[in-house]
Amino acid sequence: MMRARVAYAGALHGAEPAQLADGRSGVRLADGRVLAEEEVVWLPPFEAGTIIALGLNYAAHARELALQAQEEPLVFLKGPGALLGHRGTTRRPAGVKFMHYECELAVVIGRSARSVRRGEALQHVAGYCIANDYAIRDYLENWYRPNLRAKNRDGATVLGPWLVDAADVPDPGNLGLRTFVNGRLTQQGNTRDLISDVPALIEYLSSFMTLAAGDVILTGTPEGVSNVEAGDEVACEIDGLGRLLNTLVGDDAFGIA
Amino acid sequence: MAVTVPVAVPIDVAPWRLSGVVYGTLLNHRSAVAALGAAVNAPPYQAPPRAPVLYVKPRNTLTPAGASVVIPAGVPEVEVGACLGLVIGRSACRVSEAQALEYLAGYLIVNDVSVPHLPYYRPSIRHKARDGFCPLGPRVTARAALADPDALTIRVHVDGELRQEASTAELVRPVARLLADVTEFMTLAPGDVLAVGAAAPAPRVRAGQRVSIEIDGLGVLTNTFAGAGS
Repeated sequence: MMRARVAYAGALHGAEPAQLADGRSGVRLADGRVLAEEEVVWLPPFEAGTIIALGLNYAAHARELALQAQEEPLVFLKGPGALLGHRGTTRRPAGVKFMHYECELAVVIGRSARSVRRGEALQHVAGYCIANDYAIRDYLENWYRPNLRAKNRDGATVLGPWLVDAADVPDPGNLGLRTFVNGRLTQQGNTRDLISDVPALIEYLSSFMTLAAGDVILTGTPEGVSNVEAGDEVACEIDGLGRLLNTLVGDDAFGIA
Repeated sequence: MAVTVPVAVPIDVAPWRLSGVVYGTLLNHRSAVAALGAAVNAPPYQAPPRAPVLYVKPRNTLTPAGASVVIPAGVPEVEVGACLGLVIGRSACRVSEAQALEYLAGYLIVNDVSVPHLPYYRPSIRHKARDGFCPLGPRVTARAALADPDALTIRVHVDGELRQEASTAELVRPVARLLADVTEFMTLAPGDVLAVGAAAPAPRVRAGQRVSIEIDGLGVLTNTFAGAGS
């Protein structure tokens, strides 16, 4: 089952995929209304608790950034203000040189997890979605990396479009990921190349912190990150999870001179 | 999958409840920067921080006044990070320093507990994100009740003995400046808490000890620390 949260005509709604009479893809609200994708405002598909993100969790991406593998997963935490839904717009500040997308498999916890072993880890997963977790490398500093100014900006962590039930994703360890910038394929990978796979991450994290329903783990991005500019449309795809769209906009959209 | 906040802190000023989102600030007390000395310019840092250095204390760390904090197995001592906590009252995005305080609902005391760690380059979240590692309380005091958040004395008592005395007058970024610089890149929402940074050296405590943090006008936040097996 694929579920979204959308705003339409003055209220929030649960929604699922539907096809319009003319063949376009759309959504069916819980109350029965069927609408085109563009007619609704897409929110992150679940109410997120703790937002956990992985750095350098694909070997090739770690090499791309000329970094050594670490003795434990490189984890950082984000705040909810960073989250954005499908088809939203993300600000690219004027004057920055390197702002890049990161297509990632997001794992949503469904059941509290504490000291969970690898073999039982997937039983604690509610489902999966696509994440596009932008970074602005110009702002990277060497204190508590990655520092939040580089990695926790308003609207720079896009989630969606759907929360796909874990039951419909039989093997989260073999999903292709692709990013297209203005329709051109720029990033490609597969979760089989994760350094720490989904069960390993749940085992590791739950060894020192209690994970709760709604917590989400962004599992890291493969190689192929590249700079994007205001006006660019970025589409992230993961096998079976859909296609997550985002558009970069400039400072003018936010009234910043 | 509603977000639950496992801590109830009395609050009788808007936003009337905490969101459960707590950010900490590293190296915002002059004593904390001074403790690093010349190291701030050496590898791996290369330069002192420019923007505020922030981190998240996730919801599993939140715990109320009076709760027992478990020190993990294999960790002999933890650090007490005694901080003034700012409680956001209305959505704060790119606020000016002159108006920043108007965005606060009030203040509370935050004990940002850490497993001692260095360097600060890319530390594991294991050091700060353990269950119960962020006591906060004892209540939210309304903004209007404090004349000046940049002139508060913070005292840490461990088992009744004074172990640290610091002042918010010694912040690298005073409260309004910090709010302006943080909200330049991330919006703080009603009920969010921003801990403004602890002084150094942080008192260290072991299992069996009792920690009280007192801040002028905000009361006392007391918690006991326990071993993993107790």
